[in-house]
Amino acid sequence: MSDIYETVIGLEVHVQLSTRTKAFCGCSTAFGAEANTQVCPVCLGLPGVLPVYNKKAFEYALKVAMALECDIQKTVKFDRKNYYYPDLPKNYQISQYDMPLAYNGKITIEDEEEGSIDIGITRAHLEEDAGKLMHDEQQAFSYVDLNRTGTPLLEIVSEPDIRSPEQAYEYLKALKQTIKYLDVSDCNMEEGSLRCDANVSLRRKGSEKFGSKVEIKNLNSFKAVRDALVFEQLRQEEALEEQEKVIQQTRLWNEQKNVTEPMRTKEEAQDYRYFPDPDLVPFEVAPEVLERVRQSMPELPRRRKERFVNQYRLSEKDVEVLTSEKPLADFYEAVVSEYNDPQAVCNWVKGEIMMHIKDRPKGIEDLGLKPGHLASIIEMSKKGKISGLAAKEVLRENLDSGKDPEMIVKEKGLEQVSDKGELESIVVKVIEQNEKSVNDYRGGKENALSYLVGQVMRQTKGKANPKLAGEMLRKKITG
Amino acid sequence: MQDILSSFEHYHKWLREHEEPVAETAGFLTDRIRQIEPDIHAFIRLDKERIVCRGRSLDERSQGGALWAVPVAIKDNICIKGELTTCASHILDGFRPPYNATVIEKLLAENALLFPGANMDEFAFGSSCETSFYGPTRNPWDLSRIPGGSSGGSAASVASGEVAAALGSDTGGSIRQPAAMCGVVGFKPTYGRVSRYGLIAFASSLDQIGPITRNISDCARMLEVISGYDANDSTSVDSPVPKYTESLGKQIKGMTIGLPEEYMGEGIDEDVRRSVTESVDVLKRLGAKIIDISLPHTKYAVSCYYIIAPAEASSNLARFDGVHYGYRSPKSDDLIDMYVNSRSEGFGKEAKRRILLGTYSLSSGYYDAYYLKAQKVRTKLSQDFDRAFSECDCIVTPTAPNTAFKIGERMDDPLMMYLSDVFTIPANLAGLPAVSVPCGQDRNGMPVGLQLMARPFDEEALIKVAHAFESETAYHKMFSGGCG
Ligand SMILES: [Zn+2]
Repeated sequence: MSDIYETVIGLEVHVQLSTRTKAFCGCSTAFGAEANTQVCPVCLGLPGVLPVYNKKAFEYALKVAMALECDIQKTVKFDRKNYYYPDLPKNYQISQYDMPLAYNGKITIEDEEEGSIDIGITRAHLEEDAGKLMHDEQQAFSYVDLNRTGTPLLEIVSEPDIRSPEQAYEYLKALKQTIKYLDVSDCNMEEGSLRCDANVSLRRKGSEKFGSKVEIKNLNSFKAVRDALVFEQLRQEEALEEQEKVIQQTRLWNEQKNVTEPMRTKEEAQDYRYFPDPDLVPFEVAPEVLERVRQSMPELPRRRKERFVNQYRLSEKDVEVLTSEKPLADFYEAVVSEYNDPQAVCNWVKGEIMMHIKDRPKGIEDLGLKPGHLASIIEMSKKGKISGLAAKEVLRENLDSGKDPEMIVKEKGLEQVSDKGELESIVVKVIEQNEKSVNDYRGGKENALSYLVGQVMRQTKGKANPKLAGEMLRKKITG
Repeated sequence: MQDILSSFEHYHKWLREHEEPVAETAGFLTDRIRQIEPDIHAFIRLDKERIVCRGRSLDERSQGGALWAVPVAIKDNICIKGELTTCASHILDGFRPPYNATVIEKLLAENALLFPGANMDEFAFGSSCETSFYGPTRNPWDLSRIPGGSSGGSAASVASGEVAAALGSDTGGSIRQPAAMCGVVGFKPTYGRVSRYGLIAFASSLDQIGPITRNISDCARMLEVISGYDANDSTSVDSPVPKYTESLGKQIKGMTIGLPEEYMGEGIDEDVRRSVTESVDVLKRLGAKIIDISLPHTKYAVSCYYIIAPAEASSNLARFDGVHYGYRSPKSDDLIDMYVNSRSEGFGKEAKRRILLGTYSLSSGYYDAYYLKAQKVRTKLSQDFDRAFSECDCIVTPTAPNTAFKIGERMDDPLMMYLSDVFTIPANLAGLPAVSVPCGQDRNGMPVGLQLMARPFDEEALIKVAHAFESETAYHKMFSGGCG
């Protein structure tokens, strides 16, 4: 990117709210069911039916609005966005037009060079999702699956405050993290519960005027967003350098070719003919509802990070990992409350636990680990009751069987031997069997001693207290 | 014998005396209708087997229910599970809803005997019942005349004695105007009083289902059954439903009735004016205080209505596209063609006219000038009524400026046709309850209707006044020749 131009990016993100039922009927929203099995007359838009809004979806949206520090509309109104498409059974979408539920908010992101910056949120509004088309190329037929129709979506529109593909990436990361903290969406891009369109334009640095805007659709991963923006940034820059005009258009991201391509559309301006949906009566947002939602707000990621640093005296880097997801941070705090050694618990969570939850779809929740169990393992290890090695084994066994760690230690006889009498004969045996190393140590090779300690550990199947074994060995050899 | 359906009470007495199974009665009633139908064409379809079957299922249940075995015609835009429901349009060809409208559930709970398929103007667009894809309905009083619309089939079926009652829908007068023209009682409840769930929408903010009957007491019974809050309809209002039948036989002495000057001016047929004036005298005689009132925004009501109603209709009718159900044109190569051809071939002329009107007034650049402005006028109109109802309990007007005209007379003059609803539209725009009762005859012997309007949710006032009027007059007993 040259120094002459500045990139201006705005993102439109659709978040599928994880209510059990659809936005305007009682149908299930579960993902992956057989086509057209989760439908009713209302979401099919059959003649005569009427929508009734889902209070839960509305409360979920309020949560996001509060987390993004938005102003909240006093009267909730729904509008119809009219357009024809076979996956839209009413041929209009129930959405919010001139009075979005939430507006005028912000979210803070981290930029490598500039540090923390605020990205404005223009608006967030509720709407219903459309269905899906499946094309049978062989038979030249198209089929409609309306299971997804009517699923509640929250569309979050950012201000054009984003200045680089990296920042766009960070924005999405922060947004996803916040929404997941609120537990109102699983934000799974593969299943389409988080979708993103990007608007990007270039302008001369210092200019207030925006350049021609290109909208990129079909972005189905964080990586795609970043890559597409990098590509588009370069493409537009080249065009401008060549004195060509950047055409205002919609482009699709082609993941295979790593390029954006113009979308084939008939060159007609869409007129959505928005108007208030007469089937849905506007209603006031009750103060009790606002209060209830406010009470239910969790501590948000940024605040939690700050607190972890102050309260547990951990490094920023450690905290970044611990608070990356709410369940993990909750788990960490639960363990600390059982065994108050924040750094030790942090090391375990960052190390051993992260290793075990790697590749698990839900993370810590899938592990089935009780905070008390981990606390007890760490405590036993710290107090020297079991060795570090044994502790890891106890954890593995606990994850497999769910058995109490102390029981595991007892059953497997993993208790660390700290009794000189018990170790005496083994130490003597090791010295006898490893003449070479003993001589090396005598000759000043410090390393030789750790080898001998290792041998003791081996012969005791890891139960020996390594510190004690080392002392005894030294005494025996040099003494 | 022929007049067993003159009232629910009379019919029930007849049923008790004859001790015949309902299934048999259902067959007998259907045969009677079949004799009358070639003249009237009040029904788009009449499936004797299904009707007898419904009768049989009533026989299997214990007798009872407010509408036990009462034959009720159902306008073809109210969904009945498994029953063809087409809005008298080609585009809904073969459509059978997989669910019942809430009003249908309520009728079934009271053991009514349903007669689906009452004819109507296509999608309720019209005031004459001539735009039905299946051909027009004729007025039982004079077969060369229209029965009014859009619930023309419902009104004609009651007036001709085919059924005892009917359900219609009223968006701008579609119950009251045909009731007036057919000499029966037609009631449009307050917006939100009766669930719209299962009514195939014309204009969502104006539509309301209501009964058409031979007299006001049957009307009160029907109203009692179909009213009430419905969680499936967010526009339905959660307020208790009074026992409307208890308003029957009450004195109207001391009530104040407003007579708006704007409804008695130019453009009204002389016979209509005379009948209404005489009716006002009857009310005066009954002890009501008659006062002159003004509803100054009435003159904008028709224009306002013809912005809002088509706007909503254009959006409501977008779902009929040949993709999911109903008629699909066989000659299409791509998606856009499929939409265009299905809709071009599926909708009639008037439906297309309204869709175009509505699409235009909602399109960007015109929205503010038309739709938004119309909504503002609507508010002014409501305020007129608020002011009027601070002075009076009830407003009395003609239901329509003229009596039933000849079939075909206004088909090429939509503006003239739209003016048939000039007196009924304001109640829809303001969401008020309103009723039309028979109040006279013109020089051709055609019935004249008297409209009464009241405050929102004060259906009781209307029943009280209408019943007092009915008890004092015999217009509801007059009958069309030859068809009854
Ligand atoms: Zn549904």
